[in-house]
Amino acid sequence: MTIAPPPLEMRGIRKAFPGVVALDGVDLTLHAGEVHMLLGENGAGKSTLMKILSGAYAKDAGEILIDGARVEIGGPRGALARGIRVIYQELNLVPQLSAAENIFLGALPTRAGLSGLVDRRALHERTARLLADLGMTIDPRVRVDRLGLAQRQMVEIAKALAPADERSAAARVLVMDEPTSALTRREVEQLFALIARLAARGVAIVYITHRMDEVFRIGQRVTVLRDGRRVASRPLGEVTVAELVRLMANRDLSDHFPKVRAPLGPELLRLEHVSRAGALADVSLSLHAGEVLGIAGLLGAGRTELARVIAGADRCDEGRVIVGGSPVRFRGPADAIARGIGLLPEDRKAEGLVAGLTMVRNIALPHGRRLSKAGFLPPARETALATPIGDELRIKATPTQPVRLLSGGNQQKVVLGKWLAGDVRVFVFDEPTRGIDVGSKVEIYNLMNRLTARGAGIVMISSELPELLGMSDRIVVMHRGRIQAQLDAAEATEERVLSAALGLAGGIGEKNFNGDKDTKAGFAGG
Amino acid sequence: MNRARRFGTVIGLVVLCAILWILTPYFLTVSNLLNIAEQTSINAIVAVGMTFVILSGGIDLSVGSIVALAGVVLGLALRDGQPLALALALTLAAGLVCGLVNGLLVSLGGLPPFIVTLGTMSIARGAALLVTEGRPISGFAASFRVLATGRVGFVPAPVIATAVVYLAAHVALAGTTFGRYVYAIGGNEEATRLSGVAVRFHKTMIYGVSGLMSAIAAVILTARLNSAQPIAGMMYELDAIAATVIGGTSLMGGDGTLAGTLVGALIMGVLRNGLNLLGVSSFLQQIVIGGVIVVAVLLDTVLKRNRM
Repeated sequence: MTIAPPPLEMRGIRKAFPGVVALDGVDLTLHAGEVHMLLGENGAGKSTLMKILSGAYAKDAGEILIDGARVEIGGPRGALARGIRVIYQELNLVPQLSAAENIFLGALPTRAGLSGLVDRRALHERTARLLADLGMTIDPRVRVDRLGLAQRQMVEIAKALAPADERSAAARVLVMDEPTSALTRREVEQLFALIARLAARGVAIVYITHRMDEVFRIGQRVTVLRDGRRVASRPLGEVTVAELVRLMANRDLSDHFPKVRAPLGPELLRLEHVSRAGALADVSLSLHAGEVLGIAGLLGAGRTELARVIAGADRCDEGRVIVGGSPVRFRGPADAIARGIGLLPEDRKAEGLVAGLTMVRNIALPHGRRLSKAGFLPPARETALATPIGDELRIKATPTQPVRLLSGGNQQKVVLGKWLAGDVRVFVFDEPTRGIDVGSKVEIYNLMNRLTARGAGIVMISSELPELLGMSDRIVVMHRGRIQAQLDAAEATEERVLSAALGLAGGIGEKNFNGDKDTKAGFAGG
Repeated sequence: MNRARRFGTVIGLVVLCAILWILTPYFLTVSNLLNIAEQTSINAIVAVGMTFVILSGGIDLSVGSIVALAGVVLGLALRDGQPLALALALTLAAGLVCGLVNGLLVSLGGLPPFIVTLGTMSIARGAALLVTEGRPISGFAASFRVLATGRVGFVPAPVIATAVVYLAAHVALAGTTFGRYVYAIGGNEEATRLSGVAVRFHKTMIYGVSGLMSAIAAVILTARLNSAQPIAGMMYELDAIAATVIGGTSLMGGDGTLAGTLVGALIMGVLRNGLNLLGVSSFLQQIVIGGVIVVAVLLDTVLKRNRM
């Protein structure tokens, strides 16, 4: 008996972009029915490798074998025709169309004899069958923009797995890029069950994630990339978390949360009975110099709304905001910045960065008025301001590179850098480490330590419970726009924070949640 | 990468000139080239304002009507015997105010620029027709007409004016906070606002700049025609958008250069001039110019795609 060749093999894949070698001879072998975890810091080459697989990029060198035979992918259509499907982090659905229409967008069933008319009954029947087969409970008729994020993702998966039409083969390789980043705990369970069913049918799954618990929970093998090279490819039974982190970062990160407590100074910020219709109700809190105030809460608990009110992006209807002892009334972000408050927004691409501008221009953006003389702003002054910050944060960027070409971690550092130049003393961090690699995370934690040591105060919103517990001095838990609980770092546990976030004032700990990092997913959004 | 694109446009201009030179040797004479520069000046100046607006992620359809209205203001002031300096100041003020109104409606009213300027395009045109009762105001003093007919050395005054405008606009775009904010607002308005930039103020000013540029163009046009016409400036908005887009500025905002716009305006000017020299009918000219716009943007898009 001969052993069937692996459904997909990538050998010696190389890809260079101007100024950087993204992939330098990477091998990846996928077996049928295996869930293969792909790990690496941002910028390690994961996305590039997957884009080559999906035909979005052409490789410079190397070969791709399908069932042992050499093939050229040739483009996205070529990848589809060979049964390769990729589900990106950013979903690609048409919001105004129904779930069924999205799933069968390229191959809508038409009425017999009338090739232009969509046969809605057949469409909905087919979709219902497919969704039931995948164990999904979504109405095929519902418009996608009325679905939650998790359900949209399910639609995207269904679309990837939809039965072959004349242009595409049945899915044999499915790539998922951080699929759980926006899902609740229950939705994550659904997704994992689905992945297990797909694997059982023989689909080879490549799963990209930054979450170690997911790696061990659902993966059979793991490949680690670093700086465009494969540094390991092993069965998961043979590695530990610490080993994987060391492989990814090439440095020992035994202490993920290098918290250093700073002496507390005077009060920097106080909110008294702040309310905003539909978002915040009677929120009171205070922040002292040297303190990290963690904000916990579920999706829609009002955390981001709180951040925006503090940073002057939104106004409050009632209550007072007191900065450095005097009440303030912010008419916009500029007023808050003038009082030393800087916001790191939740969505760095939409709210934090001007993607087409360079690192220097982005970092200097809030400081234009201060740097300029009578409106004139010589570029050299921006460079003089931003370059030391770029060095301090170890941002990897060339002077002419637009920030959209940077990795997620470097982008986040650029947004942070905007507030390091001025007299900002209150930092509002909304999900500061979302979607960035372990190394960058640690750098941001260290930066937080340096800031508090200098006498700054930090309000940190996070959906990552370990991060909140590891980096905060105090934790405020929000529930439906209100403050449900305030906990000192010493008394805070995952159970206590979670039960408060769920609105259980008594703080009933649920064993299931303990230490299980899926709960982090339950915190996503907001 | 901007450089690569600008380079591409310049190559296009050079190739175009070479072809026209081969087809008609008269094309490459000093007098004809100066002629082209002079004819291009009005579109080139209007396109400066358009470039600011498009860089910021907007669009200004009212520039042609503002040229007419500002020209009419100029004509009326001169006819009433106002001193030249005052008449010019009133003209520039008229253009600036029109632009600021656009800007206020866009930034404070939160309306889409396309709709706002579509409306003011009609309003400004109507106002110009109303105050003149639809008749042109003609016959100005030579001291005014020299603004179009005069020469410094052998260089026509409109060309000097264009050079000064581009120099000033370049300094504004590359060397001031205002210029930074134009790019930043076009690139990501919300991120710019959250960085503490007075976005609404600057957006208003950007449309003000566009109105001002239209008024400067109106001065040159009125002097050259020796007549202020309420129907002047028809379709100028399309020429200005074409020059900006051929010059590589992205209609999405946040990306583009003034140098590109100048080359774009020159391509259109050279093309018109060359087709006239070749005796191509004005109907056919429209088809050719339309084709060039599409091909230029197509090339630009292909170049961009290849750089990915």
